[in-house]
Amino acid sequence: MAVERKPLTGQVVDEVPVTLAELCSRCGVTAELVWEMVDEGVIEPMESADREWRFSGPCVWRVHTVVRLTRDLRVNLPGAALAVELIEERDTLRTRLRRNTLSR
Amino acid sequence: MEFKDYYKILGVNESAGQDEIKRAYRKLARRYHPDVSKEPDAEQRFKEVGEAYEALKDPEKRAAYDRLKQGGYRGGEPFTAPPDWDEAGFSFHGGGFTDAGEFSDFFESLFGRSGPERGFRGYRFQEPAYDQRARVSIDLEDAFHGTTRTFQLPDNTGSAVRTVKVNIPKGITAGQQIRLAGQGGGSGKNRGDLYLEVEFRPHRLYHPEGRDIFLDLPITPWEAALGETVKVPTLGGHVELRIPPGSQSGRKLRLKGRGLPGSPPGDQYVVLKIVTPRAETPEAEEIYRRMAETMAWNPRHEMEA
Repeated sequence: MAVERKPLTGQVVDEVPVTLAELCSRCGVTAELVWEMVDEGVIEPMESADREWRFSGPCVWRVHTVVRLTRDLRVNLPGAALAVELIEERDTLRTRLRRNTLSR
Repeated sequence: MEFKDYYKILGVNESAGQDEIKRAYRKLARRYHPDVSKEPDAEQRFKEVGEAYEALKDPEKRAAYDRLKQGGYRGGEPFTAPPDWDEAGFSFHGGGFTDAGEFSDFFESLFGRSGPERGFRGYRFQEPAYDQRARVSIDLEDAFHGTTRTFQLPDNTGSAVRTVKVNIPKGITAGQQIRLAGQGGGSGKNRGDLYLEVEFRPHRLYHPEGRDIFLDLPITPWEAALGETVKVPTLGGHVELRIPPGSQSGRKLRLKGRGLPGSPPGDQYVVLKIVTPRAETPEAEEIYRRMAETMAWNPRHEMEA
């Protein structure tokens, strides 16, 4: 197998804000659905000077996750929003727990 | 190709009713959903469960599968579809986790390929592009210095691996994703993106939280009481840290900008942990006794009624 190629350089997702159009194409969603998610409080557009919506990187992850949860587990938007918040909280607590148990 | 025991995958009996199969599937789908589960094989399990349900939820397919299974096949055994088997008799469209791509070869040999293009035997259409995700483990040092790493990624059917060589940018943190445009699933130029989610292998000394790094620093009671300058490891090398006199266990000292690089860079937090030496010699014992007499201090005074 030819492995020795030039290494690929990617983009770190949550460092670069995305426009509404980019968010839609990357997550395969319509602008209406993004609007519904903003309305539900799942994601929040960043302040911008030019009045164009921009979203931070974690928003991309959230939209992706909400889309998959609604499709795969048949939860509705508020349900998926709740799940996303709980998943994030769980991950934070897990990191903290690992730190505390390792240091005992 | 292996025979798959769909009942075992869903954890139900062969006599289970359709309702029971549905409940088992929904429960497992929630448990192994790759966005919910942190288990390393979650995505694979989720796909398996979805495929098992796809086969068993439809009474017609289930009956056909049951007939095969009664022929004595067990999960994991080599399998070839019988010559009189006619997959074209089945039709279905996608279902479940569409990011995950296709079902297994076993499934396809029984029921055909998913998607609208199915039905023409022996002719493979161009695979549709889809995004792929993978979790990669790196060391904290890799994130601190930046590096190039080579990963083995299973392809979407889980039956082959491909090798991807990727630059790990300096300052990446756990949970962040690296997007490699055009490296996902599909074929030829028609490929989705590949998302690599980074996680850190547990480190002997450091515990990361975002860009900040936590380090437990063992110190002696006299270093805590009198203060001392000690050598402390950081990802960028050793630094000198002044422990202020009168420190207690759990005190957090901040080394600004000594965490993972970025703008702004993370900090390193040094958490003091006082370690008391044992009174192993008569001299050491004598010192502890003198402390007890001279200091006459009760740390539990607040507990007393």
